[in-house]
Amino acid sequence: MPLKILVTAKRVEDYESKIKVNPQGTGIVAEGLKYKINPFDEIGVEEALRLVAKHGGEVVVVSVGTKDVHEQLRHALAMGATRAVWVNHTGPMDQLGVAACLQKIVEKEKPDLCILGKQAIDDEQSQVGSYLSEWLGWSQATFASKEESLESDAEKSKTPAIKLAADGKSITVVREVDGGLQTIESPLPCVATTELRLNQPRYASLPGIMKAKSKPIEEHTPAALGVDMTPKLTVTRMAHPPARKAGIKVPDVAALVEKLKTEAKAI
Amino acid sequence: MHFGLSDDEKALQETARKFAREVMRPKSAHYDEKSEFPKEIIQQASEMGLMNLTIPTEFGGYELPHVAQAIIAEELSWGCAGMATSMIANDLALLPIVLGGSKEQKEKFLRPFTTGFKLASFALTEPGAGSDVAGMRCTARREGDFYVVNGQKQWITNGEYADQFSLFCTTDPSKKHKGIMCLVVEGRPAGLTVGKHENKMGQRASNTVTLTFEDVKVPVANRIGQEGEGFMVAMATLDNSRPLTAMFAIGIARAALEHSLDYSKQRQQFGKPIADFQAIQFMIADMAADIEAARLLTYKSAWLLDSGQRNTLVSSYAKRFAADMGMKAATDAVQIFGGYGYSREYPVEKLMRDVKLIQIYEGTSQVQRLVIARELLKGV
Repeated sequence: MPLKILVTAKRVEDYESKIKVNPQGTGIVAEGLKYKINPFDEIGVEEALRLVAKHGGEVVVVSVGTKDVHEQLRHALAMGATRAVWVNHTGPMDQLGVAACLQKIVEKEKPDLCILGKQAIDDEQSQVGSYLSEWLGWSQATFASKEESLESDAEKSKTPAIKLAADGKSITVVREVDGGLQTIESPLPCVATTELRLNQPRYASLPGIMKAKSKPIEEHTPAALGVDMTPKLTVTRMAHPPARKAGIKVPDVAALVEKLKTEAKAI
Repeated sequence: MHFGLSDDEKALQETARKFAREVMRPKSAHYDEKSEFPKEIIQQASEMGLMNLTIPTEFGGYELPHVAQAIIAEELSWGCAGMATSMIANDLALLPIVLGGSKEQKEKFLRPFTTGFKLASFALTEPGAGSDVAGMRCTARREGDFYVVNGQKQWITNGEYADQFSLFCTTDPSKKHKGIMCLVVEGRPAGLTVGKHENKMGQRASNTVTLTFEDVKVPVANRIGQEGEGFMVAMATLDNSRPLTAMFAIGIARAALEHSLDYSKQRQQFGKPIADFQAIQFMIADMAADIEAARLLTYKSAWLLDSGQRNTLVSSYAKRFAADMGMKAATDAVQIFGGYGYSREYPVEKLMRDVKLIQIYEGTSQVQRLVIARELLKGV
């Protein structure tokens, strides 16, 4: 049964960039930063492509932001996504605004499955997927992972880790939870979010990049979707974590035990 | 004038960079030490579209602009210059066909490279004809619908694995450059012997062999252009590939710079990181400025081709400058690493061995100077 899968491509700071907090403590210094697709979203794109390669269907990629997000949409298109949806928004936004935009797009597109990154590597909120499932009234399968390692044959043969039932009405997802893995079954439609060990995303190939140029990017605005993007959260202060102080060397075990008792008060 | 990369160019750079970082670099020391051909990695590069960049779209290729090709070349060489040489060798070998082949020849000899993994070799140099291309002695004697080829070719990249050769030979050595032509040799015809893989100083992942032709029959239909046009085709090919070779030196130099920055911040001497010393800082500053200068010069030499202009002079500037600056950057990186730099346990000595070849192949730094002087003196 062909699947229609909606995936996301959030534009985030490249993890290889040096992130600095601005002197006012209101945000980070944007100058000299590079941007990438959120790595967890990229894993979502990969999983969707694998599912569609196996079952047929299409992958629609969505991003919210300024025209700069076209770079991330094109990346997902170059990986193989079918088409893109861009919610054109300039200015601040929070997870509630983004989830509301996604909800409206999902209601228009009516996918069988949404796959989002479990969180974005910029603000690490880990909320959009759950908001989306709640507002849609769909079940959620967060932290999707798999039993096989990223060096396994299953991974090498690009087998999807999310399994579609024979009747096409539900999926089985292996979740990463504290202390191990949990396997759950969820009816479709469903919102899944990806863990790091779900898969190893493919490279965008040169033919893929060429093809992506001619794939459509459909534009929407929050206003037209009926979404109020005014953030309900405000960042009051941003700061680097305090630098770790250097450790000390103790001459022997007795001294260590003494210090643990008197100074660290750990024992 | 603008110096920014387009969105497409950024996307290509990103893809090539990721491949270089995640696939090529982790294996580069292994293939360097073993001097083995990384066929799997080359095949992966081919499948990703990082090879065969010049094939026209009409024949199923990408027809990538030269600037974009140059961007990819820098990234591949940053990953491993030996592997990069083997990857770009396909373009070098296919260029004579792109530039001088008939429509039928392009269909026959280019399209297979767009539908599956294939390797091609550019066979120009001979034991006795390196810089002196016109001094070649590999002869082709016409017999009906065939040429009968006899002679030897040396330093042939990918020769052991090539599915197709662009062979330069002469109908008469006494005619010098006017006797040279280009023949496409398919597969392993009777009489073609592939010699052993050369044990090279650097770029050891790249396969390099001698080819011996003994009464090898090649159809006349496989001749690119006319008899006597081979020299021109070879020179036009090198004009096209020179920006890529220059970029190889830049990729290596960038690797040398990055290693130098990392190491100099970590390595402590006299109670502080050696990056605090001007002697180190000056070497790093020169590396960075020279890399930027070489890259801009090379982009220009590629941009000239993209805008339909002759680039012989500027591409020779670029190849000469980039190769020499790359050698200096890699040598200085070894200097910054000191004793550790001289050890094979650290990555910079490989860069120094690899970049040396770029001062030599596809026109030595001295030949580039000759070309530059000749162009200037004839008043171009």
